[in-house]
Amino acid sequence: MNEAVERSPLAIFQDHCRRGELAYQVDAAGNAVFYPRLVAPGSGGALEWRISAGLGTVHATTTLHPRNAEPYDVSLIDLDEGFRMMSRVEGIAPHAVRIGMRVEVHMSPGSDEQPPYPVFRPLEDA
Amino acid sequence: MMGNSLRGNCAIVGTAESDLGEVAPGMTPVDLTAQAIVRALEDCGLRLGDVDGVFTATTQTRMIAMAVSEYLGITPRYFDSTQVGGSSFMAHIAHARAAIAAGRCEVAVIAYGSTQRSVSRKFASPPERNAYEDPYRPMMPPSAYALAASRHMHQYGTTREQLAEVAVAARQWAQHNPRAFMREDLSVQDVLDARMVSDPFTVRDCCLVTDGGGAIVLTSAERARDLKHRPAFILGTGEHISHNMITMMPDLTVSGAAYSGPLAFAEAGVAPRDIDVLELYDAFTYNTLVFLEDLGYCTKGEGGPFVSGGRIAPGGALPVNTNGGGLSYCHPGMYGLFLLIEAARQIHGVCGERQIAGAELALAHGNGGVLSSQCTVIMGSDATL
Repeated sequence: MNEAVERSPLAIFQDHCRRGELAYQVDAAGNAVFYPRLVAPGSGGALEWRISAGLGTVHATTTLHPRNAEPYDVSLIDLDEGFRMMSRVEGIAPHAVRIGMRVEVHMSPGSDEQPPYPVFRPLEDA
Repeated sequence: MMGNSLRGNCAIVGTAESDLGEVAPGMTPVDLTAQAIVRALEDCGLRLGDVDGVFTATTQTRMIAMAVSEYLGITPRYFDSTQVGGSSFMAHIAHARAAIAAGRCEVAVIAYGSTQRSVSRKFASPPERNAYEDPYRPMMPPSAYALAASRHMHQYGTTREQLAEVAVAARQWAQHNPRAFMREDLSVQDVLDARMVSDPFTVRDCCLVTDGGGAIVLTSAERARDLKHRPAFILGTGEHISHNMITMMPDLTVSGAAYSGPLAFAEAGVAPRDIDVLELYDAFTYNTLVFLEDLGYCTKGEGGPFVSGGRIAPGGALPVNTNGGGLSYCHPGMYGLFLLIEAARQIHGVCGERQIAGAELALAHGNGGVLSSQCTVIMGSDATL
């Protein structure tokens, strides 16, 4: 009989975020998988969790201009392990975020409703 | 021709819009859908009692096929509410022609209604929670398309001015469409100077937010020949889904039109250069540009220069979005049906001052989600069979 799942992929991901870790998964062939899932895309096989080194490159970027608030960045980040995620580059003006910029992860503290979540900063020596 | 080919097995015989723009207070999506269906039947001379297939999708009514059938007092033999966003209605065409070929229905209506301007987008299309995107507060869908456009600009040097050319061409077409929502003059500079939404898009790079609905009547080729209009025969269709979240798009600069287009062209037995008029889902200016590339009108990366200099505007070499598009005519959330309406009307020859002389072949390309679902329909007059 199949055993029921005790913790969802999202809950495990958020547990790692609380520990300051950006977690992702790999399939049996070693391909990086993100967002976290129960089964591997393409094969349906098992997935193993890994911790990313947190280094990546901006793949695409946009600056949002809300009507009554400050502009902010939304970017797609390619992590060096081979997965892509949506995030925000902080620590510089949103318009200064550039495609190809090297970035490193840190955890935004979140709030009562939002667990800690990964954001990025430009790499120091960039 | 293969024995199981559906090429030309059925035709669009009637089209109609419901009330558009900002509709009367209290109107519902079902009101608009039903209004459009009755108008489309009048357009071709069929009656409600003839309808035995219902194809419909919307974001505001979960079980729209039931709601519309009940409202109209019909009990269709066949129904389909495939929901892949704005390209749903191209998928409905593909599914309806198969149903007609299989004898499951003979007179299909494909219909839509939305009151998203009246009730606001927040209520018309409530956002789905996504734990991997929500913390970053992307404005969806514009930010997803903006991210794709940023990549195209980075790789190919596409400029904001080139994107703006798409909006200007759409506006010039809208000035020939009395039902278009925005018809004032618009320049490239106006687009660039408009309120920035999600860089590189200003509000004029983004489609309208209007109410509206529409319907088309699709029936067998035999029956189509006895009706009012010159039939718009369905020659080829292609459907493709590549992702759901923008993060998962295989290549931000290549849409699924690169797959759905070739499927439709191959089935129709025609090439891009043979098409007389194109209707492409312009949710954002970038869409038109990338679809022209992916459908084979220019090489990858050349979309910017291709749309410049009025090439796709009235009087240009390639008529694109002759109704004024989602950018200037109307955009009630899932715009795909209006592309099919305009393409069929160009074949019917009823487009008035924006009619493309001698239009025999038309292409309608639908887009859904965040460049996620891409469906292409090629239709033609009896001369193309």
